[in-house]
Amino acid sequence: MARDYFYGYRRENGRVGVRNHVLILPVDDISNACCEGVERLVFGTMALPHSYGRLQYGEDLDLHFRTIIGCGANPNVAAVVVIGIEPGWTEKVVEGIAKTGKPVAGFHIEGRGELATIAAASKAAQDFVKWATEQQRVKAGIDELWVATKCGESDTTSGLGSCPTVGNLFDKFDAKGATQCFGETTEITGGEHLCASRAASPEVAAKFMKVFQDYQDEVTRFKVDDLLDSQPSKGNKAGGLSTIEEKAFGNLEKIGRNCRYIDVLAPAEAPAKGPGLYYMDTSSAAAECLTVQAATGFVVHLFPTGQGNVVGNPIMPVVKLTANPHTARTMPEHIDLDVSDLLKRRMNIDQAGEALIDMTLRTCDGRYTCSETLRHREFSMTKLYRSA
Amino acid sequence: MEEPDFLVHHKGDTLGVVVVEGVKAGQTLRGWVMDADETIEVKVLVDIPLGHKIALAAIGDGQNVIEYGNNVGKAVEVIPVGGYVHFHNIKSNRW
Repeated sequence: MARDYFYGYRRENGRVGVRNHVLILPVDDISNACCEGVERLVFGTMALPHSYGRLQYGEDLDLHFRTIIGCGANPNVAAVVVIGIEPGWTEKVVEGIAKTGKPVAGFHIEGRGELATIAAASKAAQDFVKWATEQQRVKAGIDELWVATKCGESDTTSGLGSCPTVGNLFDKFDAKGATQCFGETTEITGGEHLCASRAASPEVAAKFMKVFQDYQDEVTRFKVDDLLDSQPSKGNKAGGLSTIEEKAFGNLEKIGRNCRYIDVLAPAEAPAKGPGLYYMDTSSAAAECLTVQAATGFVVHLFPTGQGNVVGNPIMPVVKLTANPHTARTMPEHIDLDVSDLLKRRMNIDQAGEALIDMTLRTCDGRYTCSETLRHREFSMTKLYRSA
Repeated sequence: MEEPDFLVHHKGDTLGVVVVEGVKAGQTLRGWVMDADETIEVKVLVDIPLGHKIALAAIGDGQNVIEYGNNVGKAVEVIPVGGYVHFHNIKSNRW
C-alpha cells in the first residue's frame, strides 16, 4: 500500500474527522428557514434542511433522532447549532450530540419568533466558526478511518471494474483495522447466499438473512409489481444490466474477497463491535443510504457508478469512480477516479485499488471531491411510515 | 494480450460483457475470461452496445443463464451463440 495514514481532525471523543463543518441543524422541517437564515448570516456554516421531524412516533421517530443526532455527532462536524420549533425535542437532540463532547447549542423558535432566534443562534454560530477554524489536522492511521460504500446508476462495468476496485481497497483497509460499511438490502436479491457466506459467524449470517427476508416479505405484502421498473432501474438497463440477480453479484464485488462483516446494523445504528466490516440494512436509493451512513459516523464514502449517478452528501466527502469509458468521457466533472483502463487490461484490480487508496487518502487530507465542488448536499431521511 | 472486446467473469459463464464501443454484426470478438486468464473468440450475430451482453453458449428457452459463476436469470426464448442477451430474452427468477 502506497501509504497508510491521513491528516484529520481529532475530536473530543477520540474519533477522527476529515472535514470541519459547523452545522446549523433543524430538528424539524418548519425550522429549516430559521437555520438557512443563520447560514446566510454567518460565513463558514452549513444548514441541513430536511422534510421531517413533526408528529413522528415509534420506530420511525427513533430513526429520525438517530439520523439527526448521528449527523451532528459525526467527527466531520466541529460544532453544531440546533434549532427546533419547541424546546423538548430540541434539547433531546442537543443532549445527544453533546455526548461526543463537541460544542453544541440549542435554540427554539416558539415564544420569541424567528428573527430573534436567528440573532441568538447566529451569535453562537459565529463563536463556533471562529473556534473551529483554529483546529489543526493531525496524522492518523487507517485504523482510525471509517469508510462507507454504496454504488449507484450501476451497469455491467460496475461489476467488472469499479465495484471490485472498492473491494480491493476494503480488503486492504480491513487488514489495517479500518471500520467499514456496506448495505443496500434490496440490491442483494439473488446474491443473498453469497452475502450470507461473507458473514464472520453463523449468528451474523442469520441476522443478515432475517433482515433480507423481512424486506422480501414487505415487497410481497405490498404486492408491488412496479419494482421491476426500479430494480434494475432504467439507467441500469440502459447500461446493460438485465436482472436484479446480475445487479446483486456486481454490487457485492464492493466487499472484496477476504473481509467478513462482523455485525448487521439497523439504519443509522452505531457499530458496537469495534473495527471491522459492518452490513447496514439500508435503502438502495443513493441519498437515503448515504444519509444513514453519515449518521452512523462514517467520514468518507466510496461510490462506484456506471451510468453516472451524481449524488453527494453534506457530511461525508463522496469519492466517485467509474469503469465506464463513456461515462468518464461525458461526465468528467462528476468522476474523481477513472478506472476504465481495467476493461482494456491496461490496469489490474490491484493497481486500481491502489489508485483509489491514493484518491481516498488525498480526499481525507482535505482535497474536495467532484460532488463537494458542485455543492451536492443531498440530505434524505429514511421514513419508515406515515406521521401521526 | 491485445485489448479485449468482451470480458467474462468466470470460466463456464454463458454470458460475456462487451467492453468496446461500436461492435457490429458479423464481427469476431476476442474475449478475456478473467478468473481463468484465458482468451476465447465469438462471432457476434447483431450489433451490441458497450456494456451489453453476448451469449457464449446456445441457451434453451427456460434455461438458466450463468454470470459470475452464478444463476442470474432464465431465458424466455432460444438464444444462439453470439446472440444479444438483455431483458427482452432473459428474466429474473425472483421478482
